[in-house]
Amino acid sequence: MSLNRLVQRSHMLRSLRASSVLNTRFALSPATAALHTSARRLQAAQAATEETIDKSTLTPSPDSLGFKFNQVKDDEFTRPVYLDMQATSPLDPRVLDAMMPYMTELYGNPHSRTHSYGWETEKAVDGAREHIANLIGADSKEIIFTSGATESNNLSIKGVARFYKGKKNHIITTQTEHKCVLDSCRVLTDEGFEVTYLPVGTNGLINMKDLEAAIRPDTALVSIMAVNNEIGVIQPLEEIGKLCRSKKIFFHTDAAQAVGKIPIDVNKMNIDLLSISGHKIYGPKGVGAVYVRRRPRVRLAPLITGGGQERGLRSGTVPAPLAVGLGAACKVALDEMAYDHERISHLSERLIKGITDKVKHVHRNGDPVQSYPGCVNLSFAYVEGESLLMALKDIALSSGSACTSASLEPSYVLRALGADDDMAHSSIRFGLGRFTTEEEVEFVISRVVAHVDKLRDMSPLWEMVQEGIDISKIEWTQHA
Amino acid sequence: MFKLTTTTAVATRSLLAKPFAAVAVRSYHPKVIDHYEKPRNVGSFNKNDPFVGTGLVGAPACGDVMKLQIKVDEDSGKIVDVRFKTFGCGSAIASSSYMTERVRGMTLDDAAKIKNTEVAKELCLPPVKLHCSMLAEDAIKSAIKDYKRKRATASATATASSSGAAEAAAASA
Repeated sequence: MSLNRLVQRSHMLRSLRASSVLNTRFALSPATAALHTSARRLQAAQAATEETIDKSTLTPSPDSLGFKFNQVKDDEFTRPVYLDMQATSPLDPRVLDAMMPYMTELYGNPHSRTHSYGWETEKAVDGAREHIANLIGADSKEIIFTSGATESNNLSIKGVARFYKGKKNHIITTQTEHKCVLDSCRVLTDEGFEVTYLPVGTNGLINMKDLEAAIRPDTALVSIMAVNNEIGVIQPLEEIGKLCRSKKIFFHTDAAQAVGKIPIDVNKMNIDLLSISGHKIYGPKGVGAVYVRRRPRVRLAPLITGGGQERGLRSGTVPAPLAVGLGAACKVALDEMAYDHERISHLSERLIKGITDKVKHVHRNGDPVQSYPGCVNLSFAYVEGESLLMALKDIALSSGSACTSASLEPSYVLRALGADDDMAHSSIRFGLGRFTTEEEVEFVISRVVAHVDKLRDMSPLWEMVQEGIDISKIEWTQHA
Repeated sequence: MFKLTTTTAVATRSLLAKPFAAVAVRSYHPKVIDHYEKPRNVGSFNKNDPFVGTGLVGAPACGDVMKLQIKVDEDSGKIVDVRFKTFGCGSAIASSSYMTERVRGMTLDDAAKIKNTEVAKELCLPPVKLHCSMLAEDAIKSAIKDYKRKRATASATATASSSGAAEAAAASA
């Protein structure tokens, strides 16, 4: 009885306070609305090409420690077109709406058992768990909240390896994995494990025969990513899962770039562990999840111990607003996956065609069919990636070239594909997403075409090729 | 009481200054941007011209290739014209562009004395971009060497047989 009354009272309180929550939301809406005013922004971008980079960068206002912030002024200067969705994605306004009550009024600790503050938050967190599970065809009890895909990958790989240490001490992964997977494996090598790094073909995909040959009686885990973050190729998850299950080996997949973008079913694909990131799917930053199969049970040694939250696999209070945001992002992704995929495929085709129609010697890295269309990695031969990025200052992009690092080593992913070093230095990644517009894509095409031509006129390599010199035959002077 | 308030104000200001400094470090220096957007002396000379020295340094695999050409007035020994083409990042393009401006009108000996540190200082290159300025130094030295080698071959052939000089210079290039 008293419990019911308590819940009722909290509901009443909530509806009373709803208006204030709504106000907070409206106060923020101009910023989120800015996402959609791309047409206006585009016009301003063309006018403002002479602006220097620092002027187009948004800096926090002196009083942003409070709740005020400066509005981005479209008429004065503009921010670049965002085409780096593999790095992070903007927060979907619907996700923010779902999170807002838990940022303000509903602040209970979801692990509090003794009062309604805890119960209402726990209910929301469990609802979010349900949404995440639905997206990948899992049961909500199999979802563990983490701080992001990096933690999920660390927990999956180190957790399985350490739990089964002694009986099994071999791990299989690929050369093109994300750094956090490769580094987890490196740490395990120091702890006495053996790691096989599978090579990939020139299209970026693994060869199933290589995987089968690498499996040993003491193999504990196979960790192969779903969608590559640099080139967007989709590994044959179903075949890998089938093989691993038949050999009774756990299969972990880093699906940070795949979840919500391509259909994933952990049962159909026989996935035992799967890593999810919030901010790659229009959710909040700082939250992720890991799917841990219950039947047949996967056991993990936790990385973080303490209060025993999340089935003892990840202690620490679950950040309820972030968890709710991740759940909302997964729900939106599930509802709109087909629509988003079709739209992004269309934009992607348009981008690739628009560029390759007008620029010669452009190579797309990664398999053109077995890949996620929102990740387009192009190499512009005889043009250095970073200089092209500098020219494309009106567009936020990422390059496979790593001239900024002292090593001068280009992307290890592109090198694993067997790409020539000069082609790896010439690569740029275009990341399209839910909020990318046709106008933005057209703008990007026009800019890329103009600047590649300009930089090639400046390139000694382009000149030699025009003269018919084979640059691969030249003995280059290596500098320190 | 008063003193306390002032200290807090100062602390706040220095806290706020930090993000702006970070932005400045991350983006390119205005001088680099200027050279990159308006590169000086882009182009090529005929490398078979006996009075042109060509320096081609770097490697595509490293992400930087610089071609620097000088045209020398034989009587005064001064560099009368310069051209460059560069495959590389913005700093590499800026370094070579700056170098072409710097050496124009100089004698070969003076030009050979230009150090990479001067280029780096002028363009305010960060430590990770220092190799761009080293490449510019290598490029001018290599161009001067090429010119001197060409002249030595030309004068050697000229003493042997003045008619074959042009062919010899062309062959050596």
